[in-house]
Amino acid sequence: MIKAVLVINTQGKPRLTKFYGFLTVEKQQELIRSVFGVLCSRAEKVSNFMEVDSIFGPDSRLVYKHYATLYFIFVFDSSENELAMLDLIQVFVETLDKCFRNVCELDIVFNYNKLHSILDEIISGGQVLETSSTEIMRAVEEISKCSLPPSPPSLPPSVMSESASNSISLVPKTVSGWRSR
Amino acid sequence: MASPSLMDTLFQRGLDDIIKGVRHQQSSTESIFISRVIEEIRREIKSTDLQTKSTALQKLTYLNSIHFIDMSWASFHAIECISSPTFSHKKIGYLAISQSFSESTPVILLISNQIRKDLKSGNEFEVSLALDCLSRIGTVDLCRDLASEVFILMSSSKVFIRKKAIGVVLRLFEKYPDAVRVCFKKLVESLEGSDSPIVSAVVGVFCELSAKDPRSYLPLAPEFYRILVDSKNNWVLIKVLKIFVKLAPLEPRLAKRLVEPICDHMRKTGAKSLVFECIRTVVTSFTEYESAMKLAAAKIREFLMEDDPNLKYLGLHAISIMAPKHLWAVLENKDVVIQSLSDEDPNIKLESLRLVMAMASESNLMETCRVLVNYALKSDPDFCNEILGSILSTCCQNVYEVIIDFDWYVSLLGEMSRIPNCKKGEEIENQLIDIGMRVKDVRPELVRIARDLLIDPALLGNPFLHRLLSAAAWVCGEYVEFSRNPVELMEALLQPRTSLLPSSIRTVYMQSAFKILIFCIHSYFLQKEDMTSEVSDLASKRQCSESSDLATGKALVQSDQDEGFNPRESNQSYEYPSVVDTGDGQSSTPTFMEKKSLMHESIVNLLNLMELVLSPLSGSLDVEIQERACNVLGFIELVQQEFSNPLIRKEANLDREEVIASRVVEWVHDVFTEELGPVSVTAQDRVPIPDELVLKENLTDLEAICGGVELPAPGSFSLTSPYYGESAVFSVSNLQAEEDSEPSTESTSLLTEHRKRHELYYLPSEKNIIPANDYPPANDPSSSINTNDATEDLVKLADQSLVSKRKPNHAKPRPVVVKLEEGEAAPVVSKKPELKDDLLSGAIHDILLGNEAKAASSQSNPSDKSSSKRKGKAKHVDLLDSKENLAVGEQPNHENPSSRRSKHRGDGKQKSKKSKGKKNGDGREDDGEKESQKIRDHHGRHKSRQRADAPINVVPQTPDIPDYLL
Repeated sequence: MIKAVLVINTQGKPRLTKFYGFLTVEKQQELIRSVFGVLCSRAEKVSNFMEVDSIFGPDSRLVYKHYATLYFIFVFDSSENELAMLDLIQVFVETLDKCFRNVCELDIVFNYNKLHSILDEIISGGQVLETSSTEIMRAVEEISKCSLPPSPPSLPPSVMSESASNSISLVPKTVSGWRSR
Repeated sequence: MASPSLMDTLFQRGLDDIIKGVRHQQSSTESIFISRVIEEIRREIKSTDLQTKSTALQKLTYLNSIHFIDMSWASFHAIECISSPTFSHKKIGYLAISQSFSESTPVILLISNQIRKDLKSGNEFEVSLALDCLSRIGTVDLCRDLASEVFILMSSSKVFIRKKAIGVVLRLFEKYPDAVRVCFKKLVESLEGSDSPIVSAVVGVFCELSAKDPRSYLPLAPEFYRILVDSKNNWVLIKVLKIFVKLAPLEPRLAKRLVEPICDHMRKTGAKSLVFECIRTVVTSFTEYESAMKLAAAKIREFLMEDDPNLKYLGLHAISIMAPKHLWAVLENKDVVIQSLSDEDPNIKLESLRLVMAMASESNLMETCRVLVNYALKSDPDFCNEILGSILSTCCQNVYEVIIDFDWYVSLLGEMSRIPNCKKGEEIENQLIDIGMRVKDVRPELVRIARDLLIDPALLGNPFLHRLLSAAAWVCGEYVEFSRNPVELMEALLQPRTSLLPSSIRTVYMQSAFKILIFCIHSYFLQKEDMTSEVSDLASKRQCSESSDLATGKALVQSDQDEGFNPRESNQSYEYPSVVDTGDGQSSTPTFMEKKSLMHESIVNLLNLMELVLSPLSGSLDVEIQERACNVLGFIELVQQEFSNPLIRKEANLDREEVIASRVVEWVHDVFTEELGPVSVTAQDRVPIPDELVLKENLTDLEAICGGVELPAPGSFSLTSPYYGESAVFSVSNLQAEEDSEPSTESTSLLTEHRKRHELYYLPSEKNIIPANDYPPANDPSSSINTNDATEDLVKLADQSLVSKRKPNHAKPRPVVVKLEEGEAAPVVSKKPELKDDLLSGAIHDILLGNEAKAASSQSNPSDKSSSKRKGKAKHVDLLDSKENLAVGEQPNHENPSSRRSKHRGDGKQKSKKSKGKKNGDGREDDGEKESQKIRDHHGRHKSRQRADAPINVVPQTPDIPDYLL
């Protein structure tokens, strides 16, 4: 069972947080802070595991990968394989890369919803359901298509049509989206 | 109504604006900006326009997950969003719900209908949204209401939906177990499917389920086995292996079948994750399979040779799983392990540290510890303390099992406490005291180490070491008779820097100082008494009070020659009379008594010093300190009269006052010298209940409840100390009778009396209960008195001559003691294995019973001989395995003799299985056969059945497997 998926940047700012059990925001914040506290003290080129029993309770494991300015972190328990989880991080990042063409931190900052769509295709309720990035991509694209067409009556369709540049933003009909065109 | 909504919409800020806005803020203004945004959201979210509402909700969801803003107040708005016909609104709503709803969210039940509606939607992505959401927030009510919908979706034609539906099943089962009836069959069927993602999801579900209650999934073992052999998907294989790790301990025959395919995967696959999972499976579950272990070890070796720190770490981790049973695996990789100790990766360092400690044995412990302590000096504080911690915990394992030379260990403890980063004061404290109490022969060295610690004023500045210092102080006080120089100890205990100590530890210092004082005065009196007798003999009054050696005339003669400088010496610097004493060079054992005596002047000085230091403390705000100070000061006052005018009294005979004082001192001394041994955890159990207490009657029913829990205690207790083995068998009333017949207090020392009376409840520390392979205390006079067993004496003697330096460990770990006892106390031995048998896994028990049933049917022995049972166990299993092997062939259920036995086990419980309902269609056609066979076997079985009743529910379930397995 996967307990949490986190993306934190090297300054400790969370970019994506997903906990598969309910936690209060205070608790979430505390966990992220302590994880980052340990992470940033680790040297480069060391193993990708962290002992986190003290943070997440007994039977918790954590793997992370460090890409450029971001840490991708999976927290899970003994029914997952550590190396497989590392592979899964790889799958996740590869999918992001395909989605955004050379993904960078900014993509992740501004595509909050798409990120969740992708993650939800991979993991559902803490279980890994899909590990093929092509399958994930296919589903995510379908979902994006689903999200777009029914334009709300309150906005003229012309605003809609192109603002969905890269089909990234799920809220394209905003002032800024409109201006940026 | 429409126009404000339109206005809001037109000028509503979207998520991107918020993100940009936050990014442009300084960290100081960020929270202000966010709270402004929240205000805005609160306004917008009330809009009737779903577009506005959902955008507001989305912003809130974002702020919740990234900036940890509370959004529980918006739960109703989220529900409104999911009821929107627009997919994007729904999506936002579901995200918000799964992120913020908990069991206690009041409106959670309101989503039940909407989820049901979405589950039935034609749009697979809407269905998927609803399923995702359910899998995260499903409550008991939601799961009950929606179980049937999920069940329908599990048969959906679309793989996408089926996969997601299976993802929900786990939550469904967990919250609403009745869903098992509906969905389980479908779930099992999905295992057989060819759609890889489906199988992967289902196996994942079973992996989670079997982690909680593996026994229920044993019947599915054949399915999993098929997947293990056929599947090409690494994900699936890993999960299946995880399942088998859980199942294997329950069904010993599984291992035999599994080892080959697992080894096969290990050899062939290129995926490291799968290799590692195979290794882990083998080293945790299949430790008896030599070839598999060898292969695993070889693979681990490959991991260790890799540059990738992850693989190295996992390799070391796998070895540490192997270490307890297969130490050779560690030894084989010794070089890598030692090398990894200086790896830059903290995980690897830690893991290799564990392995180094696993390798430690009696023979190499000293060397290992020396290397590690040196290493600790060089490493960073955290790892340094890890090292110290693991040394401490390894050494104290099983009551210092690995330690032979306690003098060395005690000095190592001293050395460790001087390491600058040491934070293990508390653990060292415990061990110092523990060793002091348990190991008599180490006490002189212990006192020496403690002295070194106490006189070092630098240590007082480190708060982590305060606990350790309190142990040192206690040791010095308790075992002061081994000290070379009590006066010096006293000075150390009273040094000004002790004010740095917390009051709780300061009191220990004071008490220890008091003990030392008593000791000094007592030995002064003792020596004086001796002197007077000597004096009358020799009529040499000249230096009687100054003569420093006592007890032997020889020593006296010798000291007479040295006497000349002694008084001066002691007048000038009473701190170091030991210099003089060592000059004598006469004694090999440096006990204070033999080596030197105290001068009158030094006693006076001691008294003065103590008074000087303690007087201010009698006004201390801490009651504990104040009280002790007052007590000691009162005592000093009493004694000081004796010494107030030394020159006059020096040569006079003991007058009455002195007699009083010396008796007081003697009493207190008696109290202090009485040793307090370690007390067994189970000591309380051995206290007989007095007649007037009516505890038992009230607790009879309670005993029935706790019976199972308490049962092992008396048994294991009697095993701890062979000496009391017999008496432990006595009933409580017996003990009590003994107790009553004992004469009441007579001796002056209450403690001695107490000890005498309650001998039983003291640990055998002084009683010299020595397991045969243990080392007896070298100078324990009481030991020979108490051992009435001649053979034991012999053993002891032999041990003594072999290893003079080794010390006894009392309260040895149980396993060792059990072994020892076999010869001595037959009844106890026969009891123990039975207890153990109860605890054995149901499966093994069943096999054993199956065998015995056979034997019984051939009219051999109806009574169960536990010893023979134990001996036969290994053989029986082997036998069975080989037969099993034969039975594994094509038509296992036919009446060939070799398969009969496994059938025996199965048939007895056939009924229960049937009533439970079949989960799997296999083996149906055999039922008729089984019934008939059951009748045939009935006679052979009933005996074992009787016994099988004891191990509660374990047995009835295991027999399910054979049918499926074969």
